[in-house]
Amino acid sequence: MSVRKTKHEMPEQLPKERIKNFKEVPLGYSKEIAIDEAKRCLQCKNKLCTKGCPVEIDIPAFINCIALGNFDKAADVIKAKNNLPAVSGRVCPYENQCEGECTLKKIGEPVGIGRLERFIADYEREKGAKIPKKPESLDKKIAVVGAGPAGLTCAGDLAKMGYSVTVFEALHAPGGVLMYGIPEFRLPKKIVEAEVDYISKLGVEIKYDVVVGKTITVDELLQEYDAIFIGTGAGLPEWLNIPGENLDGVYSANEFLTRVNLMKAYEFPKHDTPIKIGKRVVTIGAGNVAMDCARTALRLGAKESFIIYRRTKEEAPARKEEVHHAEEEGVKFFFLAAPTRFFGDEHGKINGMEYIQMKLGEPDESGRRRPVPIPNSESIMQIDVAVVAIGQSPNPLIPRTVNGLKLGKHGNIITDEDGRTSIPGLFAGGDIATGAATVILAMGAGKRAARAIDQYIKSKK
Amino acid sequence: MYQILEKKVLSETVKLMKIKAPLVAKKAQPGQFIILRIDEKGERIPLTIADFDRKKGTITIIFLEVGKTTKQLGALNVGDSLENFVGPLGLPSEVKKYGTVVCVGGGVGIAPLYPIVKALKEAGNYVISILGAKTESLLLLEKEIHGSSDEFYIATDDGSKGHKGFVSDVLQQVINKHKVDMVMAIGPIIMMKVVSDLTRKYNIKTLVSLNPIMVDGTGMCGGCRVSVDGKTKFACVDGPEFDGHKVDYENLMLRNRRFMHEEGEACRLADVQ
Repeated sequence: MSVRKTKHEMPEQLPKERIKNFKEVPLGYSKEIAIDEAKRCLQCKNKLCTKGCPVEIDIPAFINCIALGNFDKAADVIKAKNNLPAVSGRVCPYENQCEGECTLKKIGEPVGIGRLERFIADYEREKGAKIPKKPESLDKKIAVVGAGPAGLTCAGDLAKMGYSVTVFEALHAPGGVLMYGIPEFRLPKKIVEAEVDYISKLGVEIKYDVVVGKTITVDELLQEYDAIFIGTGAGLPEWLNIPGENLDGVYSANEFLTRVNLMKAYEFPKHDTPIKIGKRVVTIGAGNVAMDCARTALRLGAKESFIIYRRTKEEAPARKEEVHHAEEEGVKFFFLAAPTRFFGDEHGKINGMEYIQMKLGEPDESGRRRPVPIPNSESIMQIDVAVVAIGQSPNPLIPRTVNGLKLGKHGNIITDEDGRTSIPGLFAGGDIATGAATVILAMGAGKRAARAIDQYIKSKK
Repeated sequence: MYQILEKKVLSETVKLMKIKAPLVAKKAQPGQFIILRIDEKGERIPLTIADFDRKKGTITIIFLEVGKTTKQLGALNVGDSLENFVGPLGLPSEVKKYGTVVCVGGGVGIAPLYPIVKALKEAGNYVISILGAKTESLLLLEKEIHGSSDEFYIATDDGSKGHKGFVSDVLQQVINKHKVDMVMAIGPIIMMKVVSDLTRKYNIKTLVSLNPIMVDGTGMCGGCRVSVDGKTKFACVDGPEFDGHKVDYENLMLRNRRFMHEEGEACRLADVQ
């Protein structure tokens, strides 16, 4: 029997329809397609795909279950390692991880591992997720700071081991970047809520409105808890530092997305938080966050949505799929160009942007070729809103308030592979340790830290 | 949920509430603020802490009903609860012995000034307070601040009480009479600007407390950014107090008007309902 060389496509909302709503773009596999896709898997003995998975899912095993039509078993296999599969099945860069390692790539496209994970997660959620039997309580208390992907993963794993876990969240909702950052059309909030519900049912308690470093300090937590995991993420927006950046109408990607996603500004005035959009919106940057902003702008009614990026499409850090979705929806890209100033009207509201053409020079420390401005190549464009999406630094609230915590030069918390910081009993992982990265890497860090915390506590006895 | 334990109507548009929030009260210090959200559809608004009681676990807020959320808040009563109430946020006031300090409060900005006045007095300063309002009936916390001050003055726009005119006129007289070591000013942006312009001439250290639009209040969104000495600062984590001589007030005024149109729309719709 010959193997199908291409992945089964996932049906999607049509671009001209979907830019009018916030509903999810890809619609997921049907049972039949999922089984057919699963049958493509060669069931390699060396499981290269699993080696490429930051949360160590036994990928051939769950795919085999799907091929055999045993979806419940497939869910068990995934959940044994991954507490948030409906999330990672949507936002993981599979192409660089599991699917990047797939043997089928030698003859064609890899198995659609991400799509299959999503299929199983959705199947299980619709049915009602099975809650594993509570293990015997270890009578040890762990505090987790931040209810984002790293914190939730760490909390879930520790609860499964029998620890009593409390998560402290600064905002009024769980999920961190899954809630405030990634838009509804890429990751529906109902799905995040369901995944968080699963974590809660494992016995994890989430306390909202607690800003650790302000409402309560890490030192206080260390007295009350046996260990602490910090997963506060990369919340601090970076700026271009060009004239006009504080004009009305210039948003950080964080403010733009938080207003829309967490505060539901797209439902203003039904929800109280507003956003201003205008006709022409420019997003600066070409990562996943930038794609999210540019696509959100269209859905909020912008007539034209632009992305301006100082390198070329090749260097764009966003996933190819996200760039593709943005292009399909009509986002216009200016590559090799960078803003040099914003202009405003007499009310201090932005109305234009000057930008300069760039060319690629020698590679910089990141290995990418450094963009260099071409003298006297400035142009001006009219815009109503600008969104700066050029990256985030670690949130400084905790690093600033813990004595003796070793920090990196970007204010990140320094840890070893497994999340141990310079303070015994204090662990950290995700963007607060690595700087801005992906959801799945944060989940992987949370997972490793949970194991390290378990070791630490058992070694203290 | 955070219950409203006490409510006082200070004037037609200014209300005081004591909110049960023991964790916030335990840590609150003068100069810090909280963020609240009334219900699931509500927006997050920052309010500077007007007082706190660690024993009773309460935070006092005093607010002017200017927009949809503050009007809705003002309509709530004792026994009602707020969905979210988080804090204390921002850096506390730098309370120490300066010598002679002048505390200038304008309008609803008098409320957050009160805990600072008390703390500066306790730290051994000679405290001169100047309160300003449009008219006598809008003056807040007159007795309380008077009680914690060594000298006390009032200025009203219409002359209904104290000096007829601006707080800056009184401040000028105080500067003429005393060697002032520090000025703390909280009130409308324009008042803080005028006060800072005056004290700059005399090279008197001046602190102002800014109240830009915020969303998360933890340094994440940058909506509250202000230009201080040409550098972008976040009022939520770097402030809310800044060197009054270095703040770009023009930009702050513009940024605080960002959603005026939407605010109006939300208020109209709320009135219709």
